[in-house]
Amino acid sequence: MDVRAAVSRAHREEWARVVASLTRRFGDLDIAEEAAAEAFATAVQRWPADGVPPNPGAWLTTTANRKAIDRIRRENKRDDKHREALMVYDAPPESVGAIDDDRLRLIFTCCHPALAMETRVALTLRMVGGLTVPEIARAFLVRETALERRITRAKAKIKAAGIPYRVPSAEDLPTRVSGVLAVLYLVFNEGYLATGPGTDPLRHDLTAEAIRLTRLIRALLPGDGEVAGLLALMLLTQARRTARLSSGGELVALAEQDRGAWDAALIAEGHRLVRERLAASAAGAAPGRYQILAAINAVHTSARDMRDTDWSQILALYDQLVRLDPSPIVALNRAVAVAELDGPQVALAAVDRLQDTLDGYHAYHATRADLLRRLGRGDEARAAYDKAIELAGNTAETAYLTRRRDQLR
Amino acid sequence: MRYLVSVIDDKDNPGSTDRQPAISAFNERLIAEGHWVFAGGLADTDAATVIDNRGEQAVFSDGPFVESKEYLAGVWVWEAPDLDVALKLAAEASKVCDRKIEVRPFL
Repeated sequence: MDVRAAVSRAHREEWARVVASLTRRFGDLDIAEEAAAEAFATAVQRWPADGVPPNPGAWLTTTANRKAIDRIRRENKRDDKHREALMVYDAPPESVGAIDDDRLRLIFTCCHPALAMETRVALTLRMVGGLTVPEIARAFLVRETALERRITRAKAKIKAAGIPYRVPSAEDLPTRVSGVLAVLYLVFNEGYLATGPGTDPLRHDLTAEAIRLTRLIRALLPGDGEVAGLLALMLLTQARRTARLSSGGELVALAEQDRGAWDAALIAEGHRLVRERLAASAAGAAPGRYQILAAINAVHTSARDMRDTDWSQILALYDQLVRLDPSPIVALNRAVAVAELDGPQVALAAVDRLQDTLDGYHAYHATRADLLRRLGRGDEARAAYDKAIELAGNTAETAYLTRRRDQLR
Repeated sequence: MRYLVSVIDDKDNPGSTDRQPAISAFNERLIAEGHWVFAGGLADTDAATVIDNRGEQAVFSDGPFVESKEYLAGVWVWEAPDLDVALKLAAEASKVCDRKIEVRPFL
């Protein structure tokens, strides 16, 4: 196998494991991160000459452990935890189960509620995802130095404040898992509709990374309904990715997408997960918001076209979602389904009621613009498109809205 | 680990004044569970005096070192194995005191 491919594959598959096991052993994220990075750098140097080791993960963990111990000796740390770590140096490797537990610990630590949301995102992508600081900085359009500082501060807080390195107790698990899912959903959404003029409108690196990490959580917590729901939601969204962007770099609305270009394998996997959760709901488990959103996307991806779509089913799911999350954004999305069932007039009335809270949100104006256009109210539609274009941060969406506005008679 | 737990009140929107029995009961629990190190309510910030003796002679000035709408109304020192335990107790303390709580680790 090509050595470079072997290194990048090992990086994808082993980074989180290496960081996680070192963090548990040395009780220090900083040491774990640096030693893991050094071990991968050593692999890049050595594997071309020495060959790829039969078990790359074990090789990387051993090498990283040595690097960490070198650093601790160099800095002459006297911490009990470090002394203990040095003493257990020759302990036999842990079972796979223990290592997976470590990765879960790592995720919960990076997504701890005592850290700011943007810090959680950055830390998760760095420590669990293995993205470099420049990569994360580029993804979120922040300066590298600022991001580096944020990560350094977070590691210092974790240490100083005693944020524990463990899987939360059963009683705290549901809220803590939902905190982790919120981080992953945010990463996914930034890739799904990237903000800013200097970036690709769709960031497949971010959506793919979010899916990869959600798969990891799913493997670690297979019984959690919301984890399955979020994974299904991401897969069913990702399945449409090639159809979402025209060759001219314009966002393509659901009604106009070439459904033949949707990824059938991702849809099949997403539908399997949704069916699994429907069976659980039938058995009495109340679905959370990701499961409901996944079900809505399952209805869309089951339809041959807009007219074939089971809109009453979608509306029923939105009604269920409103009961869980009565936010104006959910109400806005519900109105889109109302337009298909009861017509644009009824939907517009529902949308207009949201003006106070959503006036600064581009999707509010884009939705209004589309409803006004369908009602033949051209001047008002144009004004709404103008407002949406002004507020939209995504270049492909701006292009789409501009074309729609210019097509108004 | 040891944490300084600050009870924060708001001059414009003060918490209720009938919390003492609930706080006493909560303190009993902190003691029983081994978290209690110290607790004390503070007099009004008007009663504070700031001393600066870094120069030639000590300067005393009336009032707190910083004037703000939000101020420290009391403190605890807790012993807890980690931040999760401290945060859980702090969430209860906020209800018990009807005020905001800050948790900050000692070095």
